[in-house]
Amino acid sequence: MKRLIGTAAAALLLTSVAACGSSDDAAAGSSSDGPRETTLTVYAAASLKSSFTEIGAAFEKANPGVSVTFSFAGSADLVAQIQQGAPADVFASADTANMDKATADDLVEGTPADFATNTLEIATPPDNPADVDSLDDLADPDVTVVVCAAEVPCGAAAAGVEKAAGLDIRPVSEEQSVTDVLGKVISGEADAGLVYVTDVRGAGDKVAGVPIPESADVVNTYPIAALAGSRNPDVAKAFTAYVTGPEGRSILTAAGFGAP
Amino acid sequence: MVSARASGLPRWVLVPAAAGALFIVLPLVALASRVQWGSFWSLITSDSSREALLLSLRTSAAATVLCVLLGVPMALVLARTSFRGQGLLRSLVLLPLVLPPVVGGIALLYTFGRKGLLGETIDVLGLQIAFSTTAVVIAQTFVSLPFLVVSLEGTLRTAGQRYETVAATLGARPTTVLRRVTLPLVLPGLAAGAVLSFARALGEFGATITFAGSLEGVTRTLPLEIYLQRESNPDAAVALSLVLVVVAVLVIGLVRGTRGVSA
Repeated sequence: MKRLIGTAAAALLLTSVAACGSSDDAAAGSSSDGPRETTLTVYAAASLKSSFTEIGAAFEKANPGVSVTFSFAGSADLVAQIQQGAPADVFASADTANMDKATADDLVEGTPADFATNTLEIATPPDNPADVDSLDDLADPDVTVVVCAAEVPCGAAAAGVEKAAGLDIRPVSEEQSVTDVLGKVISGEADAGLVYVTDVRGAGDKVAGVPIPESADVVNTYPIAALAGSRNPDVAKAFTAYVTGPEGRSILTAAGFGAP
Repeated sequence: MVSARASGLPRWVLVPAAAGALFIVLPLVALASRVQWGSFWSLITSDSSREALLLSLRTSAAATVLCVLLGVPMALVLARTSFRGQGLLRSLVLLPLVLPPVVGGIALLYTFGRKGLLGETIDVLGLQIAFSTTAVVIAQTFVSLPFLVVSLEGTLRTAGQRYETVAATLGARPTTVLRRVTLPLVLPGLAAGAVLSFARALGEFGATITFAGSLEGVTRTLPLEIYLQRESNPDAAVALSLVLVVVAVLVIGLVRGTRGVSA
């Protein structure tokens, strides 16, 4: 029954899509006369946005005829999309747990390579209104603290740091992603937030960073892998090699990522 | 088929109509097919799910009350008066209806937030809106108010002013006319509008997560809980989604019920 409904729906959708598309075919055909270009689609964790955009541009320069497009989102979202058959060539995750999900489902070509690490840091508004200068200050009930929810990688890291330091931080909000935490700090709604070192660096003078020695105990490792479903396996492998190689390394280091 | 022919509708219209219906129903069937029925009850009654559902019901009820208090006078003004710029005002009131909720959330943040337009005033009054349940109610009211205004204004215009005029010529004061004639007359429309506002408030996500944050029992409503659970526990997210679908179906049933009375 389920299959019957599915087939009927697919048939209907296909016919209607075909009907919609037929009128544009001529126009689309004539516009793609140029030299054939290979497009590489990279699914990367949101925290990699600025550094991977830079790496992508450098990779395109080094490989004429290749264009790299990115989809940046939470690692768990990206894995879910890849599991549902999203046309990705490369996956870069913000934690090993999400890469393990992809590996377990045989979606990965070869073995994932760790290419960066990231640790947590306190972000405050530039004028640091609550005078936060250590992790202990975040346990003060008068300080408005925002962290990631324990369900997402940055929240798991925050919980780890909190536990290692033996503190009881009572956040006013547990956000969905590290960018949401950063947003609350930048807008001045929160006095402090726990984000990655690279987020503080990337936000420039919109936030001030307070390094926390306790974060050394909780290190997030970023793995990258070419995907089994890739239509350009060679280019996908070349890209992962580029990221783990010296060119990628120097861009990642400049963004604040640690060596794996 | 027979009724289609009787209505004079060409038969081919049924094909795209069926495709459209399937397009809406199929995702719901797919959602229901993913529910782990064995653990369904324990998933939707876990502490965090219960907290989220109760918070959603509480805040949506409060938002609906606010919508009625603010929306009824707005609908009355729009339906029963005419003044320069009324068309513009109506368009502005409807804006939250078409605005992406996240834009509404950002706008509310810059109004009621700590650094917002009214931030200092609120601070002086000793109130804290950011990250509080109040913020959730404000976000929900912002997005659902137009539903009540539109629904009630339509009913007011359809009802017309005959009875009001008669009551007035018989010597009733404006407040008496409003209380004894106008409001009882449009009560079904008001009820339908209130139910729609409640439903919209219950589904509110974008403005809430942008403006109010997300903390269990304080600001994490059911849609936010679903979005979060999706990360670590997709089964729970699917189960809670189904709960919201059921609530939505109940709401539609209620609206149909109230419309039926008015017809």
